[in-house]
Amino acid sequence: MLVDRILSRLLQAIPTLAGVAVIVFVLVRVVPGNPIAMMLPPGATQADIERLKALYGFDKSIAEQFLIWTSHALFGDFGISISLRQSVMGLVFSKLPATLELVLLATMVAVSLGVSLAVVGTRFQSEWPEAVIDGLTGFVQSVPDFIWSLALILVLGVLFPVLPISGRSDPRIGLNYATPFQLTESLVRLDARAFFDIFRHMIMPALALALPFAAIVARVLKSSLAEEMTQDYVLLARVKGFSEWRVIVGEALRNAAIPTVILTGVQFTFLIGGTVLVERIFSYPGIGNLAIDAVLNRDLPLIQGLVLVFAVLFITINLLLDFATVALNPKLSHG
Amino acid sequence: MQLTRRGLMIGSAAAAVVAPAFRFDQAFAGTDKLTIAYHVSLPSFDPTTGPSAVNPTIQSIYQSVFDLFIDQAPDLAQAPGIIEKWGYSDDKSQIWMQVRKGVVWHDGSPLTPEDVVWSLERAGNKDSGNPIQFIWSKASNFKIDGQKVTADMKEYEPTYFKWMSFLTGYILPKAYYTKVGAEGFEAKPVGSGPYMVDQFDRNAFLRLKANPNYWKGKPAIDTVIFKFVTDASSRVAEIESGSSDVTLEIPYEEFDRLKGKAGLQGITTPISDIGMIFITDVEPMLDKNVRLALSMSIDKKAIVDQLLHGYGVPLNTLQAPQYSAYDASIVVPYDPKKAAELMAASGYSKDKPVKFRIQTTRGFKPKDYEMVQAIAGMWRKIGAEAEIEVYEIAKHYELRATHKLAPAAFYNWGNSIGDPSTSTGFSMFGLSPHCAWHGKDTQDMIGPLWGEKDEAKRIAGYKAVDKYIADNGEVIPLLQYVQPILFKDTVKVTPHVSGALLPGMMT
Repeated sequence: MLVDRILSRLLQAIPTLAGVAVIVFVLVRVVPGNPIAMMLPPGATQADIERLKALYGFDKSIAEQFLIWTSHALFGDFGISISLRQSVMGLVFSKLPATLELVLLATMVAVSLGVSLAVVGTRFQSEWPEAVIDGLTGFVQSVPDFIWSLALILVLGVLFPVLPISGRSDPRIGLNYATPFQLTESLVRLDARAFFDIFRHMIMPALALALPFAAIVARVLKSSLAEEMTQDYVLLARVKGFSEWRVIVGEALRNAAIPTVILTGVQFTFLIGGTVLVERIFSYPGIGNLAIDAVLNRDLPLIQGLVLVFAVLFITINLLLDFATVALNPKLSHG
Repeated sequence: MQLTRRGLMIGSAAAAVVAPAFRFDQAFAGTDKLTIAYHVSLPSFDPTTGPSAVNPTIQSIYQSVFDLFIDQAPDLAQAPGIIEKWGYSDDKSQIWMQVRKGVVWHDGSPLTPEDVVWSLERAGNKDSGNPIQFIWSKASNFKIDGQKVTADMKEYEPTYFKWMSFLTGYILPKAYYTKVGAEGFEAKPVGSGPYMVDQFDRNAFLRLKANPNYWKGKPAIDTVIFKFVTDASSRVAEIESGSSDVTLEIPYEEFDRLKGKAGLQGITTPISDIGMIFITDVEPMLDKNVRLALSMSIDKKAIVDQLLHGYGVPLNTLQAPQYSAYDASIVVPYDPKKAAELMAASGYSKDKPVKFRIQTTRGFKPKDYEMVQAIAGMWRKIGAEAEIEVYEIAKHYELRATHKLAPAAFYNWGNSIGDPSTSTGFSMFGLSPHCAWHGKDTQDMIGPLWGEKDEAKRIAGYKAVDKYIADNGEVIPLLQYVQPILFKDTVKVTPHVSGALLPGMMT
């Protein structure tokens, strides 16, 4: 049953990915600004332009280019980046782990903060802490992540310089990692110095991403908890003499969590796309930064590769989300 | 809160693990290391092929790792480098070069005339992907005699040697490159420059080690880190917090704020980068009165003083004072009254303005959009209504190459060899894909100068072209950009008019 479900979802993903591939391929070639014009030397003649077009395959029709690209992409060859002159997939997979680690950390922070605020807000319903939490979450949510980035840099990077402002690790350390999952690898290797160095570099970007996300989690979960707190089983728990904290955390939280889990999954996918500005501000070497460079340089093969990887990530996360939701509420598995 | 024994032990253990990480900055602080918060990241290590080869902003890094054929002093003058002496034969049909002895590559192998010839032949090969192939391919039939290299010129190119200090004019190691190939070279580049690549984390940093065998002597600073901090406010934070020792390309107001701060110094240098407005030969720019009026109504000094905090040099031609064809006698006066009269002569006034579009980037260059806004305001006073269109630089390149720019388009033109062919020549010659004004007169004036063998006559010819262009308003030169560099007062920085920030010249 589960296997059928997974296979069905994977089959559904094929036309989605094909559609994304076609749209992106055509779109990046239709919008003004092509990479050939950007690399034209001062004295270029029409012959030079034609030669460069031929060199990068832009002398063929879009349909021909697409067929050539697809025939290679099916075998995992997404071409060579025009600006970086390296394999597209090699580049993407060397930078994706940095983004995934950042987004995971941000999600952990956001969920921890959001759940804590929601629980405290529920515990002190109609009292001043709830009002403070509501005001705080409203404010935090309304400030976009790039503003948080700048504010954090100002406070924790300049006024009280306790955290590094840019990069993923201190360039003065000569560490060689076997994998691009540097934070995870340093943890596995029990290399405390490397771990804390990377971790320190991730604190500000992760917080910038996490704060608005945490506010959303807090608001949604608090609302779900408020609904659950009116249910009979909660009344029963109170009658049994459970403390209010135990009623909220031990009884109501699990049932109230489903919308938050779904929200977290959706936000996680948005967060991967949303790292672009934050990575830029903190010079964090993830795929967000890579994507900006690709767009600025009109690096068409790299843009295509990045968008497809984003699409695959979105589909995979949504798939996992479906199963997580069913696991939390088995009734959903029966349709 | 009560302090328990258990809590104390746990706290101590945690502190023991965390403390080394937080002491890290101090442990690595030292005068033998220099961190530069750099404004762009490095796309590729090969300085001779692909789009990055013609990107002026990353030449600082290339010139740290590789040697130009011919050295370039901070004032743009050429100086003996790997090529110690050079010249043309009397009839200009041949070139000759004397290659320096005793230079070694980073891998310890000797740099030979074969490397020079291989680099030049590769650069001239149309399949190599060298964007300046059109210049390099003009020399062929290279011959080596000891340290001397000679070659035939297919056609005389007056700037052939100047390009040896410019984009793609780098020597690469023949044996190493042939052995490892393009991918191997990207993974582990070998040059002969003052610094050797130690570690590269794309989009994060490049760490360089001083080349102990550098032919000019080992650089003063042992380790140089180019930290790629592309956001200007983050670069300001980097230097203000002390995380970086040097930074550049920060907003002028931030530069003014920080240059007097304790522990920091600032220098500004006019560089080989010019802000200008391309005029396209379409309506209403076909009217000479309109073109001249637009030119004469711009108060360039006010723009420099008020928008750029005084950091800019107003210009009348596409030559900056450091360029070889600069002519101070060519002046386009700021005369709004005369400008209004010219507009009136063509039937335009404030009540009946001429309408057209002006394109500009926003944030690509300092205050680019704000400058265009100010200019549009000045134009409004003489009866010109310019609608501002913001576009990305990539779109500018495509529109320019296809001759589809708006009637006016803001741009910046770099020219770090200061030759008029690479400023007025390429930007105003009608057959160049970079030219917006396709006037036949200008084209006919520039055409013969490409291969002019008499250098004095060639320079005089370009001055005449610049005069003609100014008299006819075929382009609007605005100003020469000034590069702000901020650094800790423990560092000495030598600025370069090319705009390159060279750690090899820092102490």
